Amino acid sequence: MAMTGLQMLWFILIAVLFIGFFFLEGFDFGVGMGMRFLAHNREERDVLVASIGPVWDGNEVWLITAGGALFASFPEWYATLFSGYYIILFLILAGLILRGVSFEFRAHMHTDKGRNIWEWAMFIGSFLAPFLFGMMFTSMVKGMPMGADKNIYATFGDYVNLFSVVGGVAVTLICYIHGLNYIRLKTHGPIRYRAEHQAKRLYPLLFIGLVVFAILVKTETDFFDLRPTSTLLLLGFIVLSAVVAAVSTFKGKELASFLATGCILAGVVILLFNGLFPRVMVGSVEGVKEALLITEASSSPYTLKVMTYVAFGLLPFVLAYQAWSYYIFSKRLKAGKVEG
Amino acid sequence: MSILTLARFQFAMTTVFHFFFVPLSIGLGLAVAIMETMYVVKKDEKYKDMTKFWGNIFALTFAVGVVTGIIQEFQFGMNWSEYSRFMGDIFGAPLAVEALLAFFMESTFLGLWMFTWDKVSKKMHCVFMWLVAFGSTLSALWILAANSFMQNPVGFKLNEATGRAELTSFGKLLTNHQLWLEFPHVIFGAFVTGGFIIAGISAFKLLKNKDKEFFRTSLKFGLIMGLISSILVIGAGHYQTQAIIEDQPMKFAATEGLYEDTVDKNVPWKLIGAFDTENHKEGASIEIPYLLSILGSSHEGSFKGMNTINEELKEKYGDQLNYYVPTKTLFWSFRVMAGFGSGLAALAILALLLLKKDRLLKIRWLLWIVGICTFVPFVANTCGWLITELGRAPWTVYGLFTIADSVSPSVTANQLLFSNIVYFLLFTVLGGVLVFLIYRVSKKGPYAKAEVTDNVDPLAKEAF
Repeated sequence: MAMTGLQMLWFILIAVLFIGFFFLEGFDFGVGMGMRFLAHNREERDVLVASIGPVWDGNEVWLITAGGALFASFPEWYATLFSGYYIILFLILAGLILRGVSFEFRAHMHTDKGRNIWEWAMFIGSFLAPFLFGMMFTSMVKGMPMGADKNIYATFGDYVNLFSVVGGVAVTLICYIHGLNYIRLKTHGPIRYRAEHQAKRLYPLLFIGLVVFAILVKTETDFFDLRPTSTLLLLGFIVLSAVVAAVSTFKGKELASFLATGCILAGVVILLFNGLFPRVMVGSVEGVKEALLITEASSSPYTLKVMTYVAFGLLPFVLAYQAWSYYIFSKRLKAGKVEG
Repeated sequence: MSILTLARFQFAMTTVFHFFFVPLSIGLGLAVAIMETMYVVKKDEKYKDMTKFWGNIFALTFAVGVVTGIIQEFQFGMNWSEYSRFMGDIFGAPLAVEALLAFFMESTFLGLWMFTWDKVSKKMHCVFMWLVAFGSTLSALWILAANSFMQNPVGFKLNEATGRAELTSFGKLLTNHQLWLEFPHVIFGAFVTGGFIIAGISAFKLLKNKDKEFFRTSLKFGLIMGLISSILVIGAGHYQTQAIIEDQPMKFAATEGLYEDTVDKNVPWKLIGAFDTENHKEGASIEIPYLLSILGSSHEGSFKGMNTINEELKEKYGDQLNYYVPTKTLFWSFRVMAGFGSGLAALAILALLLLKKDRLLKIRWLLWIVGICTFVPFVANTCGWLITELGRAPWTVYGLFTIADSVSPSVTANQLLFSNIVYFLLFTVLGGVLVFLIYRVSKKGPYAKAEVTDNVDPLAKEAF
């Protein structure tokens, strides 16, 4: 079966939705981690919460849309991936639930003790989700043991191994630095400078992490055998983005550094999808059906056509009003009591 | 316990819990949007206070609704992978549209609404709330489009090669008559929920004589909303039942407790009844003469009993399946749902009549009943879904795909047990905290000096 243009398009669109999710919710996660790693007192934590308060929910819808679009355009992929990663996705859900209610619940607490509970919930959720997503996607491209029924029958080591843990740590770290850059962009006062200071100290760690990740991509996946040029170029793009992020941070260019860390996340998603193509799942058992292909996993041409109209009809509006909402909340925040 | 039992239990638990909040968000969303419109039109500060107070409760319930909603989208793939393979071509599309069209709108504009009080023009702020309310109503439409297909599959073909159902007409998916019967019933049910939570909390406050003027107006608002929508929900339910008699006769026969065909033209309606589900026999019952003939008015002639329907279904779909549905659950769920629905409508009329000249405020026992009615719609909503989903047994997609075939084969019983337990604990905590917070917000009342919650307003420093 030859791949159709629409199948190709939807493979790209799924990648785009995940890029949107990691770029936007990535800094939310980072800010959530900052609740414990960065903020020193209640007022600073209030600033952090307020910096993402109006937008985090809209950011999370990128994930929900990615999930829905995956279901609609590649049902077999959705079924294999989601049932195969049952416990990991369950823990991600638990993290997102804790995090999601923590914003409202924290605001209604009267005591520091009460607030503290929901700040921990926010922190743990913000930490768990990117780490587990990182693990999921890296172990996915490394390959999972799949049965003839296209379901994954995996053991602990398939989920948790050197590559997937490095992947999880890398995504978490990038999200955290991305969050720090967002905080630098959105706040005034000590917390802004502390975020800058922390970011500067974390870049060396990031570079080491990226090098290890690149080596593991070479040894643990077939990306370099399959398409060496694009893989190398994308790894280069990721490292270049990290360099730009670091240089911009040291030069005090906040927006540039924020966009650059976003580009690292986008680069990682593109790298994984580029290596995956033309598969959607990679098998790890020789002899058994080796992979799930785009052509096997996709919806019917009719459904893809309908979804294409829907996506291109609606997405521009979504992007427009979400951008407008960011514009409205584009002011810097400062710790301190609200007047009036 | 088997994978199937655990997966079904988990689905029931997560959807029932989620659906406590969905109708609340839809109903309260509309209520708050109307209140704010009244503020914009009448320029009376009282309506602004109402908008803020009830909007505060709305935002609390919305948060829990959102996080429990993500579970729904993920669990089809996680727990029901074979169902997802079979149905993805059809089921995924409305889900994706729901996210693109409704969820983005709701979440973005709720963020704008919550943080832009007095920062944008009153009209603009009011438009934000209407977009939130519109978004949540739209989300119901799309997810019900998916559910309606499961109840009454239309616009598809079976692909022989892959064994999957494939969409052939998006238009037919959206014009499914089940959808346009189910959607009004669910939406008006949500409005009932919103109306009565406002009326109920207000009644409790009036019992304590707190902020009388504010809660009197809220009570009236809630009762009017509750009355209109409960009448509409009954009407919508009536028409939905007429379609079910034809589309899913077993579901209808079970809700009415009919094992044997009715012989007479004047069929009585069972108010209560006993059933022998082992031997498929009806026991003693108290009946109201003629009523079922009147209720099932569009249906001419006698109603088929479950035993006859079972034979017909065996002939149609093969005799290896059990086509009987949980009769007692459906029978009683229907009575609780319909009883509560009619009861709420009657109560709203009575309370509204007595609210003239404030006589209601002196009748404490009646205020108590209105107060308790805060919780009644949740029971009725749950019963409605039990009928809809359990009454479709043994199918996930009626006539096409069974529940037993739907479950994920690669997920183990231990994994399911673990997730069931953690979800249960998580929901207990979330539900408990939420009820407590709503209680505390209500207790403080609308004019309590705002406790310092967040120190920082995202727009505090610079106007734009």
